[in-house]
Amino acid sequence: MRKAPVSGLRPWIIQRFTAIYLFFFFLFLLVYFIFFPPASYEAWKDAMSGTVVIVATSVFFLALFAHAWIGLRDVIMDYVKPLPLRMTALALLAFGLIGMAAWVMHILFAAGG
Amino acid sequence: MQRPVFFNVLQIQLPVGAITSVTHRISGILLAIGVPFSIYLLDLSLDGPGGYQRAGELLHSLPVRCLAILFAWALGHHLLAGVRHLLSDIDIGSSLPAARRSAWIINCTSPWFAVIAAVALL
Repeated sequence: MRKAPVSGLRPWIIQRFTAIYLFFFFLFLLVYFIFFPPASYEAWKDAMSGTVVIVATSVFFLALFAHAWIGLRDVIMDYVKPLPLRMTALALLAFGLIGMAAWVMHILFAAGG
Repeated sequence: MQRPVFFNVLQIQLPVGAITSVTHRISGILLAIGVPFSIYLLDLSLDGPGGYQRAGELLHSLPVRCLAILFAWALGHHLLAGVRHLLSDIDIGSSLPAARRSAWIINCTSPWFAVIAAVALL
């Protein structure tokens, strides 16, 4: 039985599709905070409690963490050669990103509730 | 196999595209470091009127404004260099002269994001 070759195609595609979403979300953020900055806590809380905003922001952060994982994973694999060190660095990165994802989802769902 | 390695940073002549590539990487690492701080600010700003005010004060403090200038460069450069990558993937501007030209344009444009941020924030 032939083993499937290690492919870089999937991360390559994920990196590009997340990039496109991130690009448009950052444009939106820029326009929002420059031209329509929230005037008060109530306005900000209100803006962050809509379903569309929460879903779009959740997708943004998931895309961001996937994008950061692939980018930083590549950086670690390029410069950290000893295997134990490399595995430790990759594990720390993965736990860090998953932890931040849980944190931000908690914030966003609390804002919606 | 041991091969001779030439790595004198002062003598290596990097092509302009390599500078765009290295700074794409550096700005990406920088942006990733900024993520937990941004989440912290988001958390604080939604945690009651007091937290919202504290988040505003933090954003307006001098060290954070100085960091914001650096991040304006990092984000601007990373986005432009990323768009260059995406266009290159669909064969727009992927010939050597065009790629060199776009690399020059990005390397020279991205510091202006920092300048604009500095004017706006200081």
